[in-house]
Amino acid sequence: MAEKIKIALKRGASCVGCDIAIVNFNEELFTLLSVADLVFSPTLLDVKYDDLKKMPDKSITIGFYHGAVRNSDNEEFAHIMRDKCQILIAYGACAHMGGIPGLANVTDKIAIFKKVYKETFSTVNPDGTLPEEKSLDKEGHELTLPRFYDEVYALDDIVDVDYYVPACPPTSDINNKILTVVKEFVEEGKPLPPKGSIIASEKTLCDECERKRSGEIKVDRLYRIQEIAFDEEKCFLEQGIICLGPATRAGCGAVCTAANMPCRGCMGPTASVTEQGASMLSALASVYGMTDRETELSEEDIEKLMMQIPDPLGLFYRFSLPKSQLGRVVKERVE
Amino acid sequence: MSEEFKPRILVFCCNWCAYAGADLAGVSRFQISPHFRVIRTLCSARVDPEWILHAFRKGADGVMVLGCHPGDCHYIGGNYRTRRRMALVRMLLTQFGLNKDRFQLEWVSAAEGEKFARVVNNFVERIKELGPSPYGKLERRERKAV
Repeated sequence: MAEKIKIALKRGASCVGCDIAIVNFNEELFTLLSVADLVFSPTLLDVKYDDLKKMPDKSITIGFYHGAVRNSDNEEFAHIMRDKCQILIAYGACAHMGGIPGLANVTDKIAIFKKVYKETFSTVNPDGTLPEEKSLDKEGHELTLPRFYDEVYALDDIVDVDYYVPACPPTSDINNKILTVVKEFVEEGKPLPPKGSIIASEKTLCDECERKRSGEIKVDRLYRIQEIAFDEEKCFLEQGIICLGPATRAGCGAVCTAANMPCRGCMGPTASVTEQGASMLSALASVYGMTDRETELSEEDIEKLMMQIPDPLGLFYRFSLPKSQLGRVVKERVE
Repeated sequence: MSEEFKPRILVFCCNWCAYAGADLAGVSRFQISPHFRVIRTLCSARVDPEWILHAFRKGADGVMVLGCHPGDCHYIGGNYRTRRRMALVRMLLTQFGLNKDRFQLEWVSAAEGEKFARVVNNFVERIKELGPSPYGKLERRERKAV
């Protein structure tokens, strides 16, 4: 039998759901462990950061980094993982595109600290203490915290990334795809996919989705999912529930739409575009409120119609704001 | 500012109306501010919102989309789609923190050389008032291209 490869898992700004996605291999976990040794994973193993730092460079075959990069600790370990691993995979939506933490790019560090440490309902902080990079405890020991950044980054903004595994979290379909690739590489010496590959489909989610479409989509009114008794078989968009399927990459197996939840877009943009937000914007603008009276509408009518779409930025860039064309929100004097 | 602000403005013109209008403005010798560049597209509906966002990322101070008047589209209904998308693009740009006047949609027919000159000149003046785009001067880490 071929020699086992070594794999490592490290998290950045992440909810650790991606570690759980690895555990979610279920019995396939044994297949994974038959070809690979898990040498570093702070969530699953009793390891210390120093253990990783002491490993020789390029001694780990495949490293999975999940989570975005939003502080100096995330960044330091992104570099360490790059040095220690032959192949580095951006695993999950946050490492791929910034993910949910990436929505912090609508604001900045000062505003986030103010909100979190002073203004939230449950905060009791009479002295207005804010986290500091260096502070002294009562005995005079110096304590340090990582530096918090103004902006959230995807992993490939910081280091070179070999492969991307999208989704929040990667589904078992995607995991099995990786497992097959890794297994064939280890046992049969099959070549790996070309560098920069996204381990998913090239098409849109609608291609995989099993829900029924009746033909041309016309959306008269928008509903939140709890506001309407919707048809469980029919396309969500046809029923006025915003689903990001038309602008989202397939490969997840359309598990959300099969479970009656509209797509939120965690797989990122499809292969032929750079921007998930812009493609969803085009798709929604073309179907929303379309009637035979289109030519009678004035520009103000159109504007009023579009104003009914709440929070386009949050809706279209829920997982991909740091990797959108503009990347972050700016503040311009409005006059 | 010691140096005069020279805005960088991108103007998307549809092939059948606005581009011909720009041509007419040229042969009619109308004076137009030199701070804009034209990109010709077959239809204003061909302008992907992605391109507008990309222009701002690259430091454009303003973007215009010019097409045929509603009802006059060479492809029958392209500009009706354009005005729907562009209404949403304007909302999105405002959410990204840009002044809404940095983006404009106008209808210019092939016979309206004078209107082309006027809307472009007005737009350039407005952008000069607003100053450089915050994205152009944003100091940040270079991101890997998407």
